[in-house]
Amino acid sequence: MAAIARLRYTVSENPLTVIGFGLFAVFVIMAVFGPAIAPYDPLATRAVNALQPPSMAHPFGTDHLGRDVLSRVIVAARLDLGIALSAVMLSFVVGSALGCLAGFRGGWTDRIVGRLSDTIMAFPLFVLAMGVVATMGNTVQNVIYATAVINLPFYIRVARAEVAVRRNAGYVQAARLSGSSDLRILATQLFPNVLPPMMVQISLNLGWAILNAAGLSFIGLGVRPPAAEWGIMVAEGASYIVSGEWWLALFPGAALMLAVFCFNLMGDGLRDMVDPTRRT
Amino acid sequence: MEKLSRIGGRILQAIPPVFGVIVITFLLTRALPGDPAVFFAGLMADDSTIAQVRAELGLDHSLPVQFLYYLRDLLQGDLGNSLSTGRPVMTELMARLPASLELTLAGLFLSMAVAIPLGVLAATRPGSWIDHLCRLLVTAGVSLPTFFTGLFLIYVFYYLLGWAPSPLGRLDFLYISPPQVTGFYTIDAILVGDWEVFWAALRQMILPAVTLGLFALAPIARMTRAAMLSALSGDYVRAARASGLGSGRILWVYAFRNAALPVLTTLGMVFSFLLGANVLVEKVFSWPGIGSYAIGALVASDYAAVQGFVLCMALLFVVVNLMIDVMLTLIDPRVGLES
Repeated sequence: MAAIARLRYTVSENPLTVIGFGLFAVFVIMAVFGPAIAPYDPLATRAVNALQPPSMAHPFGTDHLGRDVLSRVIVAARLDLGIALSAVMLSFVVGSALGCLAGFRGGWTDRIVGRLSDTIMAFPLFVLAMGVVATMGNTVQNVIYATAVINLPFYIRVARAEVAVRRNAGYVQAARLSGSSDLRILATQLFPNVLPPMMVQISLNLGWAILNAAGLSFIGLGVRPPAAEWGIMVAEGASYIVSGEWWLALFPGAALMLAVFCFNLMGDGLRDMVDPTRRT
Repeated sequence: MEKLSRIGGRILQAIPPVFGVIVITFLLTRALPGDPAVFFAGLMADDSTIAQVRAELGLDHSLPVQFLYYLRDLLQGDLGNSLSTGRPVMTELMARLPASLELTLAGLFLSMAVAIPLGVLAATRPGSWIDHLCRLLVTAGVSLPTFFTGLFLIYVFYYLLGWAPSPLGRLDFLYISPPQVTGFYTIDAILVGDWEVFWAALRQMILPAVTLGLFALAPIARMTRAAMLSALSGDYVRAARASGLGSGRILWVYAFRNAALPVLTTLGMVFSFLLGANVLVEKVFSWPGIGSYAIGALVASDYAAVQGFVLCMALLFVVVNLMIDVMLTLIDPRVGLES
């Protein structure tokens, strides 16, 4: 009951959170059922139909190859969210492992892990991602790795901070006295404390990961045409903006923006629930 | 004296990140897919040419020795030659750096000019409509993909309204670029007193700078609001109110001066984002800076150029953070007192 009351309180304080969760549901539906609900084949080209402005048959218009923009925007959700989600999950797993270890062990482990995340943070992050993809090879997989690498420091920091303050807490000592191994203490006593702030971090990070991945494909890294992806669709539509064909870039760009917006709203809402004092 | 030694200490602290940046860039250069010697020797090379290229690149040595060679080259300002143009990467980057810096700084100042007053207003009226508006703008601003905002601005202000010049580079081809002093077209034009070129350069810069500014708006406004809220709830503000000081004086002298420190700290992070966003904005507006240079290099698989770009950006960021920290040390009267 208390949880529901608190939920209601947070929501009434911040009605935008509800919008965030609603949008999220829409994007999940698009990502899961994309190809089934798209009205046309996202890859089917029809030259006679090229560059049609929005109409009843094509609500978002058609692109320079006559493909239906609406279908492409819907189908792209799976790829965009997929890249962001895999990258964030990867940095969540690696980052919380490293961060927990650093916070728990202290000493040299802490120093080395700290140095690693400082070094990553010393780069402008998008630029580092460009460098990583350029070096490792221009594939979607490497875009995921690069996005994971640049997100890593945030997870390391959160996990380290949460574990370090509780390293000598009473219940940790009790667990140790009753014969639990370090690994068991980390997994059952300390790690659960890391999860709530991590959820906030994940939600805020997802939006950022989507932006980064789309930015990389906008400059030609990662996803290749003719695949439907929001960043690359905006890039393809860019050259038509100056001649007035706005719908090619606007709709995928708006989808991208709404996705990021929704994750940011959700992240803010989650933060208000998890830690009301940190609201800014 | 205290402050000077602190600044010295801070400069020393910048050495490990710089070293880390150099190590990572080195590893990126050496992690090229396949054999770099075969790659650099070209398609027509036979075995002896490849061996020669390998020796030239120092690739026949062990990794630590290669790293020392890399360091030596760096100290001499040698980042290798660009594959596509054959010119030294260093020269090309230096020629294009002012364009990027001018744009990034313009974007930063523009967003500071809007975000700081907005954050202050939101903090003085928490829960009011202006607070909600600030929050909405801030969340929307951080959700906007820079390349998309840029295109949208081009559509509205160039295609629909015709107010902006065509989004192609720093200066319309009708004008000759001003003689180079700082490399910033606007400042150089003022220096020679050529107002026509100044306006042309400024008009060219407005849209990309607004694009960058919108992107940086969110973190600055957010931080200003938070810092102002905590400063306004401080005891010294209560004391000032109780003594009957004017509200303007309390807001700007007592609260804002204290809030300025965390805001300044955030600017370092904002600058990192701006340098990344700059690459995208340069592509959208065909801005001849180092970002569009790097994109060109990426397309041509010109690795030396990409690595040089990454290193250049990272060093720039380290220097900016250092400058911000030094500035914090200088303006915060508490630094030195607490120890």
